[in-house]
Amino acid sequence: MPAGLLGIEELDRAEIEAILARAKQFQPVQDQSQKKLDTLRGKMIVNLFFEASTRTRTSFEIAARRLGADAISIAASGSSVSKGESLVDTLNTLAAMRPNAIVMRHAASGAPHFLARHLAMPIINAGDGTHEHPTQALLDARTILDRRPSLEGLRVAIIGDIAHSRVARSNVYLLSKFGSEIVLCGPASLLPRELAHIAPGVTLTNDIREAIRDADVIMMLRVQLERQHEAAFPAAEYFQFYGLRLEHLALAKPDVIVMHPGPINRGRELSSEVADSQRSVILNQVENGVAVRMAVLERVIG
Amino acid sequence: MSQLLIKNGRVIDPASATDMLADILIRDGAIGAVGADLEVARAETFDATGLIVAPGFVDMHVHLREPGFEHAETIESGARAAAAGGFTSICCMPNTLPVNDNATVTSYIIERARKLAVTNVFPIGAITKNSAGEELSAIGSMKAAGVVAISDDGRPVMNARVMRRAMEFARSFDLPVIDHCEDLNLSAGGDMHEGYESVRLGLRGIPASSEDVMVARDILLAQLTGARFHVAHISTRNAMGMVAYAKQYGLPVTCEATPHHFALTDAQMLPYDSNYKMKPPLRTACDAGAVVDGIVSGAVDAIATDHAPHPGSEKMQEFEKCPFGIIGLETALGLALEHLVHTGKIPLARLVALLSTGPARVLHLDRGTLAVGAPADVTIFSTDLQWTYDVNQSFSKSRNSPFDGHTFRGGPVATIVDGAVVWQRA
Repeated sequence: MPAGLLGIEELDRAEIEAILARAKQFQPVQDQSQKKLDTLRGKMIVNLFFEASTRTRTSFEIAARRLGADAISIAASGSSVSKGESLVDTLNTLAAMRPNAIVMRHAASGAPHFLARHLAMPIINAGDGTHEHPTQALLDARTILDRRPSLEGLRVAIIGDIAHSRVARSNVYLLSKFGSEIVLCGPASLLPRELAHIAPGVTLTNDIREAIRDADVIMMLRVQLERQHEAAFPAAEYFQFYGLRLEHLALAKPDVIVMHPGPINRGRELSSEVADSQRSVILNQVENGVAVRMAVLERVIG
Repeated sequence: MSQLLIKNGRVIDPASATDMLADILIRDGAIGAVGADLEVARAETFDATGLIVAPGFVDMHVHLREPGFEHAETIESGARAAAAGGFTSICCMPNTLPVNDNATVTSYIIERARKLAVTNVFPIGAITKNSAGEELSAIGSMKAAGVVAISDDGRPVMNARVMRRAMEFARSFDLPVIDHCEDLNLSAGGDMHEGYESVRLGLRGIPASSEDVMVARDILLAQLTGARFHVAHISTRNAMGMVAYAKQYGLPVTCEATPHHFALTDAQMLPYDSNYKMKPPLRTACDAGAVVDGIVSGAVDAIATDHAPHPGSEKMQEFEKCPFGIIGLETALGLALEHLVHTGKIPLARLVALLSTGPARVLHLDRGTLAVGAPADVTIFSTDLQWTYDVNQSFSKSRNSPFDGHTFRGGPVATIVDGAVVWQRA
C-alpha cells in the first residue's frame, strides 16, 4: 500500500483482501468489554473534516483509540480555514506538528490527491467530493463477506444519485476487482452513460425493477440534495420511481441484503419498512466501519 | 541609419509564397531587401545558417492582466514572454480591471505598451460594457483608439440579440467579433470536459455541446449580419465541422486553435492538477484529432495561445477552486512543431502561416509578411534544437504551465521587432 489511502481504484486485490482479512480479526474486539489494543500506542492521528460528518469521523476516532492511538478531530468551521487559510497551508501547519497520519474529508473531489503530491504525510481519504470514499467500500465489502463466501458473481444493484456518489464509485471499483456484476440505477440525469465504462462488469438501467431483479445485494444511496446545483429530477417523483419499497424485494434473491451508507432518508430513497426489515444490514455496516478503519489505520501507520 | 543583415537562413514568407535560402536586410525598422548573397557595408549581421527566418509571429489571444491584475502579469512581462516564444505581436484580451470597454483604457494599454513592451501590443476591446453582456461598449471610439477586434472573452455574450447588435455595429467599423463560445448555462459549475474522465474523477463536466451550440448560434448571426466572426480557441469536433461548413458557404468565419487543445487530451491530465484546467477544457482524443484535421485542411486560420497567467496562490488549491487558464507563449512554437510538423501533418510553411500571415489576415494587421517595406518583425527559429522548458525561468510572472520540464525539438532562436533584436536564445 502507498503511504496513505486515497482511493480504491489504485488498490489491487491483494491489498484489499489483506485489509478485509485484518478487519475480520478486529471484529471480535468490538464485543469485548475491554476494547483497547496497544498496536498503535504513541501514534497520533488527526481527523480533519472539512465537511459535516458524524458517523465517519466518529468511526475513525474510535478505530484509532481502540488501537491505542491518540486521535484528535478538527472541523473546518472551527479551524483556520474559516479565516481564509489555504488548504495547503492548513495541511502543512498540521503536518509540522508531526502526527502519523491525517484522515481527511473534503467537499472537493481530488482534494486529498492534490495534497498528497505536496505533503510527505500519509493521507487517508475519508471521502472527497463526488469522487471516492474508500473506507466505505471496504466496510461494505466486509459486510457482504460476513454473509456470502465471495464477491465473485454476486449481483449488486446500486441505486440512487450515482453521478454525485463517492460511495458508488468506490464500491464499483472494489466489487469489479472481485468479479461482481454491478447494476447502477437512477434517473438518467444522475446516471451518466460513461459510468458503464469505468470498470468491468458494470451495466446501467433507469428501471429500479430491472436493477433489483435477482440481486444478491441492494445498495441504496442517499439522495444528495446538497450536491445538486439544479433540479436534476422532479424531487416529488423520486420516491415513486427510485425509492426502495418492500414489494421490490420480492424481485431480488430471497436472501438479498439491503445496504445504505447513511444517513438514511426514510421515505425518500427507501421506505421505513425496508430500513427496519430483516433484510437490512445498515447497522452492521456501521459496526464494521470501526473494524475496517482499524485495519486501514494499522496498515497505513502501523 | 541602422542596418541588420540576417545571413543564410531559410526564408519562409507565406504571404509571397517564398521558401528559399536567402539573406534579409533590415533597414531602419523595415524590411529593406530579401535575396541571395546580399552584400551590405557596415551592417550588423546575424548568422541564421540552419535556421528558419519567418515573418514575426502574431498571437491573437493573450491575457496581459494589466491594468488590474499586475501580480499575475504585466504588459512588460507578458511581452517579454511573447518575445521568448518568437512572437513579435500580441493581442490582449479586454478582461482587465477596469475592463477595456472604452477608448481611455485602450489608450492606456497602448501607451504602456509603447513604453514597456518589447513586442507590438494590439488591444482587443470588450463587446459589452464591463463585459456584462448587456449594453454595447464604446466600439467605435475604441477602434479609433486602436483596438483590432472586439470580444467578451471568458464572459461570452449569452443574449443572442445583444450579439446580433454587436456584430452589426462591429461590421460598420470593419472589426472582427471574437467569441469565446460557451453556453454558460450548459457549462455552469463544470471544471473539466464532460465525459468518461470527468465521471471517473468525480469532477463536474463542461459538455462539448456548450461550445457547439454557441458556435452554431454565432455562425448564424454572422450570416444574418455579415459581420466577420472569429471562434476563439476552438476545441470540439462539432465546432470544427461547423466552421468548415460556414467557410464552404463563403461566410466570413474564421477560427483559432491553441497548442494545448491539439497537444493534450482530458485523459492526459495529471488528476486534480490545475495546470491542466482551462476553458475550453482539454477535450477527448477525438476532439483534439479534429482540431489537427482542421489545421491540416485549412479550416483553422491561426494558432493562438490563450496565454492566461494566474499566480501560484490561485492555482495551488482544490481543483474546483482554481481559476481556468494556463500560460502558453513560450511553449507554443515547440508544441506546434512537435505535434504538427514533426508528425508530418503540415509542412513548415503552413505552420509559419498559422503563426503569422493567418492571424494578421483575421485581424487585418499590416504584419505577418517579409515584403520589402513592411515593418521588420522577424522570427528566427530552429526546427531541431533540443531544449527543455523550465517554467521557473519564464519571463511571465506566472508559472501555470503543464509543460514544465518538457523537452522540445525546435523552438525560437531570436525575435526581431521593428528591426531590433528583442530576445535571443542564450
